[in-house]
Amino acid sequence: MTIADVANLHTFVDAFRFIGDNPHFLLEKAWQQIELSLAALALAAVVALPLGVVLGHFHRFSGLAIGASIFGRAVPSLVLIAAFLTVLGIGFANNMVALAILGTGPMLTNAYDAVDGVDRDAVDAARGMGMTGGQVLARIELPLAIPLLFTGIRIAAVTIVATAPIAAIAGGGGLGDIIVNQASYRLAGVLGASFCVMLLSAGVFLALAALQSAVTPKGLRRSTLGRAPSS
Amino acid sequence: MNAESRAAEIVFDRVTKRYAGRDTAAVTDLSLEIPAGTFCVLVGPSGGGKTTALKMVNRLIPFESGEIRIDGRSILELPLTELRRGIGYVIQQAGLFPHLTVTENIATVPRLLGWPKQRIAERCEELLALVGLEPDDGRRYPAELSGGQRQRVGLARALAADPPVLLMDEPFGALDPITRFRLQTELRRLHHDVAKTIVFVTHDIDEAIRMGDRIAILREGGHLVQYDTPDAILAHPADDFVAQFIGEDRALRRLALRTLDSVPLRPGVAALRVAPTTTVRNAISLMIEARTESVLVADGDRALGVFSLDDAGKLLE
Amino acid sequence: MRLAGGGPVIPNFGQGSSCVTGDHVFCWGWVKAHWGDTLGPALVQHIELTLIAVAIGFAIAFPLALLAHRYHRLEQPFGTVAALLYTIPSLALFQLLVPFTGITRTTIEVALVSYTLVILFPNIMAGLRSVPADVIEAAQGMGLTRRQVLWRIELPLAVPSIIAGLRIAVVSTVAIATIAATLLRDGLGSPILDALQDPIPFKTEIYSAGLLAVALALAADTVLVALRHVLVRWPRNAE
Repeated sequence: MTIADVANLHTFVDAFRFIGDNPHFLLEKAWQQIELSLAALALAAVVALPLGVVLGHFHRFSGLAIGASIFGRAVPSLVLIAAFLTVLGIGFANNMVALAILGTGPMLTNAYDAVDGVDRDAVDAARGMGMTGGQVLARIELPLAIPLLFTGIRIAAVTIVATAPIAAIAGGGGLGDIIVNQASYRLAGVLGASFCVMLLSAGVFLALAALQSAVTPKGLRRSTLGRAPSS
Repeated sequence: MNAESRAAEIVFDRVTKRYAGRDTAAVTDLSLEIPAGTFCVLVGPSGGGKTTALKMVNRLIPFESGEIRIDGRSILELPLTELRRGIGYVIQQAGLFPHLTVTENIATVPRLLGWPKQRIAERCEELLALVGLEPDDGRRYPAELSGGQRQRVGLARALAADPPVLLMDEPFGALDPITRFRLQTELRRLHHDVAKTIVFVTHDIDEAIRMGDRIAILREGGHLVQYDTPDAILAHPADDFVAQFIGEDRALRRLALRTLDSVPLRPGVAALRVAPTTTVRNAISLMIEARTESVLVADGDRALGVFSLDDAGKLLE
Repeated sequence: MRLAGGGPVIPNFGQGSSCVTGDHVFCWGWVKAHWGDTLGPALVQHIELTLIAVAIGFAIAFPLALLAHRYHRLEQPFGTVAALLYTIPSLALFQLLVPFTGITRTTIEVALVSYTLVILFPNIMAGLRSVPADVIEAAQGMGLTRRQVLWRIELPLAVPSIIAGLRIAVVSTVAIATIAATLLRDGLGSPILDALQDPIPFKTEIYSAGLLAVALALAADTVLVALRHVLVRWPRNAE
């Protein structure tokens, strides 16, 4: 092992020491990030989910649904955050909106796909039995759409949580604050915060995966009534 | 089309196949001799081991004991891919390669064998005509074809390298009755022209009777119950199982295999006229409908003779 | 490190237009003036970053996928590692690699390659798995060797999925590469970050670099769609 290798391991040890020395600070920063993410997710959900579900029910404007995803992927998060900063100024609001836009894509597309793709036979049977459109939506389409819908929420959540650190550049706070501020916190701090961010993201991912299992109606766990995602 | 196509003899010699964890074997002590050029149908209920037996010939399914020989040589002697390239294989869903055109599909084995391009092109044209497709169809993709057309391509593909043996696993099972009937007829005609050894699996006894020179009836566990010509099986079913499998109307089925131009006729007249190509069974049906006991067999204006219900009964002896 | 050419705070002779000092929404003049020293090079760097990452990512993902296709047991572990890797925010991943590879382009590329791996591997696997079983059975029955089945049947039929994966990978890489600028002034993220650090963030620089990034992503996507048209001649169900 060269001296360089020793030096590298040294920095990781320092990083862990940083974490050990500043638990409250890190937790506070982490919580800031979670707050921002939740707000953005909620905003995105309020817009994307009803829209996607309704459009899917009427099987209209599929182009919009697919386009939303492509837009969300093609526009780099940094660009979105920077652009919104110029419009809304620095602070919570601009980051929340930028992150919400990122999250809208997957939720809208998946909500649409989920409801649009419900087994047509099941829907026809329901209509034939005399259910109104709204009843079909509430009792048949939505329950069957849950797996794919929830996947969309999950992807949006993970995307938002993973992107939130970048919001630090635009005053969004959170663990990103530490990571972009090597001058103040030194490499040890930056690495420590990076670890925490990694754990946070992985934790959110696993928690949501577990939640999805719990929320999916039993009969659908391995069912073919919902449809596979289109991409 | 070559007048002489090679055909090979296939022999099953006490072949047994067991799947781990199952009580009954899939194939039990199967011994079967299929002379070269025979159209042999393996028929029986599900679980009878017929598909298993078929797939053992091209070694898609291995077997534990016994031997399978083609033209005297054990199939284990040849390298695997060489064996399979010498055997045509047709399955129920056709299994056409979606990304290749019809012609490219058909050309698969010849290309593997390294045939010159010109020969491949000619052979593909030949085969398209043989299976009843248009030359233009060669450029189309499988997704653009109907089920019947796909099966024709599957057959052409299997015949491409002129193999001495053709294995067919319920090839017409997924088709509608009309298409199925048509393809059955064409396959019979093809076999008449080309005379390869064909091993054909089906669960449909009617199809077996229509198609086969010889029929092998396998029951659950892969036991061979009877192996004979259709007529012989219909006349003398080996046991109750076979009798039930064939159906109670076996007498009529036997008679469906004969046409009036191949039976002895008596001089005389009768009111009801029928063509010589009418099957005996259909003649009986017509007689019952007309409430008469005999028909006059006539070719256009020429009267050939009389055939009665009693004569039909005598045929069964 | 700011690229030569300056910015809005210090007006260049003849370039301190009212548009720039007044921070209007979009100043074409600035864009034209600074294409050569700021935007152009950044775009080129960005293209380099993306191409290298996707090429290396594919070069690794492809053999791994073939292996996992052959030895099914590998698929689960590969897949789980991939999914977890993707949840690591790029900002963090860049920093975590610094102790190993320093503040260099290598660090950026390692992170970018990791993300493309994560996208390409499942897509290639899904493509290989999408080949219908009866097609494979027919191919084996006809006497194609295992390698021939792979290269003549399975891989050609997997091309649509592979290209779909490449599209997602390229677009994602373009996006993530903008964040690389937090580590090293490389790529289109650089002008954006520079502009953000001004007392009053310079809109034109942000918008122009941003638009370039989006345009790059869309252009790459279009090229890949065209590639698919060329490679996939057979009709497919609408997907």
